[in-house]
Amino acid sequence: MTETAKALTPEHIACPEDSAAIPAERATIFEERKDQIHRVGDGDFAMACNRDSLAGAVSQRACVFCGSRVVLYPIADALHLVHGPIGCAAYTWDIRGALSSGPELHRLSFSTDLQELDVVFGGEKKLAKALDELIPRYEPKAAFVYSTCIVGLIGDDLAAVCKAASARHGIPVIPVQSEGFKGNKREGYLAACKAMRTLVGTGETADISKLSVNIMGDFNLAGETWIIKDYLNRMGIEVVAGITGDGRVDDLKRAHGAALNLVQCSGSTQDLAKMMREDFGIPFLRVSWIGIEDVAESLYAVAEHFELTQPELAAGMVERTALLVRDELATLMPQLKEFRRDLEGKKAAVYVGGSFKAFSLVKAFRHLGMEVVIVGSQTGTEDDYRELAAICAPGTIVVDDANPLELSAFLKEKDVDIFVGGVKERPIAFKLGVGFCDHNHERKIALEGFVGMLNFAKEVHASVMSPIWQFVPRRESQNRPIEEA
Amino acid sequence: MDLNAVIDSAVSAPAASASDYKGLSNVATTNACKLCTPLGATLAFKGVEGAVSFLHGSQGCATYMRRYIISHFREPMDIASSSLGEKNAIYGGGPNLKKGLLNAMQKYGAGVIGVATTCLTETIGDDVARLLTEFREEFKDLPLAELVHVSTPSYSGTHMDGFHGAVKALVDQLCPGSRENAAPANSRVNLFSGMVSPADIRHLKEIFRGFGVEAIVLPDYSETLDAPALLEYENIPSGGTSVADIRAMSGARASVELGRAISTQDTAGTSLNERFGTPLFRLGLPMGIRETDALFATLKSITGVDTPRDLLLERGRYIDSLVDGHKYVSGLKAVVYGEEDLCIGLTSFLAEIGVHPVLVATGARNRNLSAHIEAACGSVLREMPPHLRPIIREGADFFDIVEEAKTLAPDLLVGHSKGQRAAREWNIPLLRVGFPIHDRFGGQRLLHLGYRGAQALFDRLVNLVLEKKQNDSDIGYGYL
Repeated sequence: MTETAKALTPEHIACPEDSAAIPAERATIFEERKDQIHRVGDGDFAMACNRDSLAGAVSQRACVFCGSRVVLYPIADALHLVHGPIGCAAYTWDIRGALSSGPELHRLSFSTDLQELDVVFGGEKKLAKALDELIPRYEPKAAFVYSTCIVGLIGDDLAAVCKAASARHGIPVIPVQSEGFKGNKREGYLAACKAMRTLVGTGETADISKLSVNIMGDFNLAGETWIIKDYLNRMGIEVVAGITGDGRVDDLKRAHGAALNLVQCSGSTQDLAKMMREDFGIPFLRVSWIGIEDVAESLYAVAEHFELTQPELAAGMVERTALLVRDELATLMPQLKEFRRDLEGKKAAVYVGGSFKAFSLVKAFRHLGMEVVIVGSQTGTEDDYRELAAICAPGTIVVDDANPLELSAFLKEKDVDIFVGGVKERPIAFKLGVGFCDHNHERKIALEGFVGMLNFAKEVHASVMSPIWQFVPRRESQNRPIEEA
Repeated sequence: MDLNAVIDSAVSAPAASASDYKGLSNVATTNACKLCTPLGATLAFKGVEGAVSFLHGSQGCATYMRRYIISHFREPMDIASSSLGEKNAIYGGGPNLKKGLLNAMQKYGAGVIGVATTCLTETIGDDVARLLTEFREEFKDLPLAELVHVSTPSYSGTHMDGFHGAVKALVDQLCPGSRENAAPANSRVNLFSGMVSPADIRHLKEIFRGFGVEAIVLPDYSETLDAPALLEYENIPSGGTSVADIRAMSGARASVELGRAISTQDTAGTSLNERFGTPLFRLGLPMGIRETDALFATLKSITGVDTPRDLLLERGRYIDSLVDGHKYVSGLKAVVYGEEDLCIGLTSFLAEIGVHPVLVATGARNRNLSAHIEAACGSVLREMPPHLRPIIREGADFFDIVEEAKTLAPDLLVGHSKGQRAAREWNIPLLRVGFPIHDRFGGQRLLHLGYRGAQALFDRLVNLVLEKKQNDSDIGYGYL
C-alpha cells in the first residue's frame, strides 16, 4: 500500500497488501475503490468517479432503466409502458412521491411482462398489442416505452413498433433506450432527455410571456415544484413546464417557448437543457431549491437574468425577489432557531443520488448548527467532489458510489447523530442506532424552498432528539456506569 | 401416512369455479400481482448462515430488489451483483461473476454465496454451473465459500419459483449424494416452510420444539431479516440455517414441506426423498384450524408425541374467540390475492370463519389453484351457496382483480399492501398479510401460521370490521 493510500485510510479499516489473496481480517474498503474516497485535509484532492460499479460490492446505484424511469416518472398524463419481464415495472410501481395536480396515470405500472416464448420469438407483436390495448383504455397524451436489458438483447425494433403505434393512435409513442446494462443511471438520464426532446418544439408558444421559465430537474416530490412555482409567480415569472415535476405532455411540447431553463439536479435534465440551448437558443441556469442560501441565490439569479435580458419587462424584479426572501426568512428564521438550540454541535452524514443535493445539505446543516462529517453521492463528478471537499471541514470523508460496508464503517468512525439518505441507506443507519432523514425520491415531506428548510429541521430534530437513542447498544455502552469496567 | 392424501381423498367434488374460468385476455400487465423470479431466490439465500445473496446480472436488478425488500423488512438487505455492463453482455459475464464472487468472499466474509441469474445472463447464455466449476478450480488455493446457484430467468414464473428453486438448489448442492453417503441418522425434522414471515418461522420452530423435535428450517431468515439493534454492524447478519445443518438433512427423520401449490413439483423435499429416502410430508400452509390440525397430526405421527398443552390451549382459545366474534364477520365477502400458497391458506382460514372468499387471485400461472383450494377448504366450501363460492383466477394483475371485484361488491380485501388503492377507492378494509407490507409497520412480525397466527389474523380482521363500523356510524357506538 502506498503512503498516500495509507493516509487516506484509517488504520482500523486499512486495506490488504495483496488484493488477490483473501486476508484473515477483511478490510472494509475495496482496494479498487480507494481512489473513490477522499478525506478533506489529507493531501491533495484526487478522486476517480463515474466508474462502473465494482462487481460483488453492493453498490447503492441502479441502472440505465432506473435513470430514465426516475426522470420521466412524474409526467402524469403519459402512459409509461415497461417493455420487459415483470420485475422492472413491479419495482417502480408508484414508488415516488411525485405529485400531480390533475391526472395520475404515472402512478400505475404497465408492463409487457415478457415470457419465455416472447424472448425466443421476439416481443414486438406483444408490445404493439399492449399499446393497442392500453392507449384506448387510458387515453394518454403520449406513451413512453422503456427498453429493458432483455429487449436490448433480443433485438426488438422498439423505434419501429412505437412509430407504427403512434400512427395508429395519433399520439406520440416514444421509445426510451434504457437497456439496464448499457451504463449507469447517467445514461438513463440522457435516454430520458432524448425521449423528452422529441416532444419539445411541437406545441404552440404564442401566448407565453417573455418572463418565463421551465423548472427542470425537480420532480414535485410532496408538492415541491408548487412551492418553487409560487415563488416564481410572486416574482412575476410564468412557469411553462415542470420537467418533470407535475409534468404534462402538452407543457413539454411548448417548453421551447420559455425564455430560460432552471436546472436543478446535476445530472438528470441538464442534457435536455443543453439540447434546448443548442436547438432553440434557450439559456439555462443551474439552481438548487434546497437550503436557505441556495434557494435565495437561485431566485436572485433568475431575477438578475431577467433584469439583464428584459430590462423593461423585468424592472424591479430583483427588488421583488428581495422582498419575497425577506418575508420568507422572517417567518422561517425564528422557528429554525428553536431547532438549532437543540441540534447545535450534532454531527451528520449525507449520502445521496446527485451531488448537487449534497452541497445544499452541507449548507443546510450549518443553519442547524450541525456539521457534516461524511458526504457522498452515487453519481458525482470529480469536480463536484473537489468543490464539496472545499466547503467541508478537515477530516470530512468524501465518497463516491459507496456501499453498505463503507458507509457503516464511516458512520461508526465519525459517531454521527443523523444520516441523510434514501431507503437503501436507512437500515444501515438504523441497525447501528443512528438517526435518519429520508431525502430521496420517495420522500413524502416537502424539503425544498424556505418552507422545506423548516420541514427539514423538523425531520432532523424529530430523529436526533428522540429519547430512544439512549437504549441502542451504541449509546447504551457509552452510558453504562463505570462499575462494569 | 400422508395426511395430504387423506384430506385430498375426502374431497371429490370439482372446483366450483372451474367451469366459469374464462382466462384473462389482457395482453399488457397493469399493476402486477407478482414479482420477478430472482427476488424470491435472494430472499431464500438470505436464510442461510453466512450467506450473501448474489445476482448475476446488471446492477439495477440487485438495487431494485434490495429497495423492495428493505421497505418491507426494514432491515439491511445486501444483494451483491456482478454489475454487468455492455461489454459483458457481448463477451459473457464470467469474468465479472468471478471477480464479484472474490469480492463477496474477501469483503463480506461470505461462507456461502447464493448466485441467482437474471433475464440478462440467462439470455446471453452464461453457463453459471460451468463458471462456478472454473472458479473453484482457478482459486482452489484459497479458502472458498460454498457456492450455490439457481437459474431464475425473470421471464419465467414468479418470485415463488425463484424462492422454491433456491431452496431446492441449496439442498441439491450443499447436501448432495444418495443413501450411501447420507449424513448420520439424527432425530431432527427438515422443515421447508416456504415464503413466510420471520415471526412465522419462529413460531414454527417453537411448535416443533413443543413436539420434542428440533426443526432444520430452510430457509431460516427469522433472525437475518428481523435482527436486534447492534453495536457492531454485521456484514452478514447472524442467524440462518447453517451449512452443517443443511448437510444433516440427509440424515433427518422426515421432511415437512408446506404449500399445496408446490405439492406436485420437484422440490427440496422430493429431492431428499428420492436420494436419501427421507419420508416427505407435504401439507398446506398451516392457516386456520383444519390446515393447522393437519400439521399437528403430522408432527404427532412423526414424533409420537401428543400436542403439548400450551398449543392445545391456543387452539381452544382461538375457537372460543371465533364463538365470541363470529357474528362480526359472518357473511362478509372478501377478495383474496397474492402468492398461490398464501391464497390457499387464507381462503381456507376465511371460509372456516364464515367469510365468503368471493374472488381469489394470484399472479402466478398453472398452479392448479382451484383444485388446491377445493382440497384445503373441503366441506366448508362445498356447503357454501354456489353463488358465493370463490371465482379463482391465475395469471391475474390488479387490473383484472379490480375489474372482477367491482361486480362482486366485496366487504374487505385480504392480501399485501398493493391492494391499498382498491381498498381506499371502495372504502373497505384491507387486512394486510404476507409480503410486501410497504404502507404499514411491522410486516416482518406479522404472524399468520398456527392457531396463534389464526388468532392474530382473526383479531385484526374483527377489529378492522369494527373500526369501519364505528367510523362510518353517526352515533359512534362506545360498545360494539
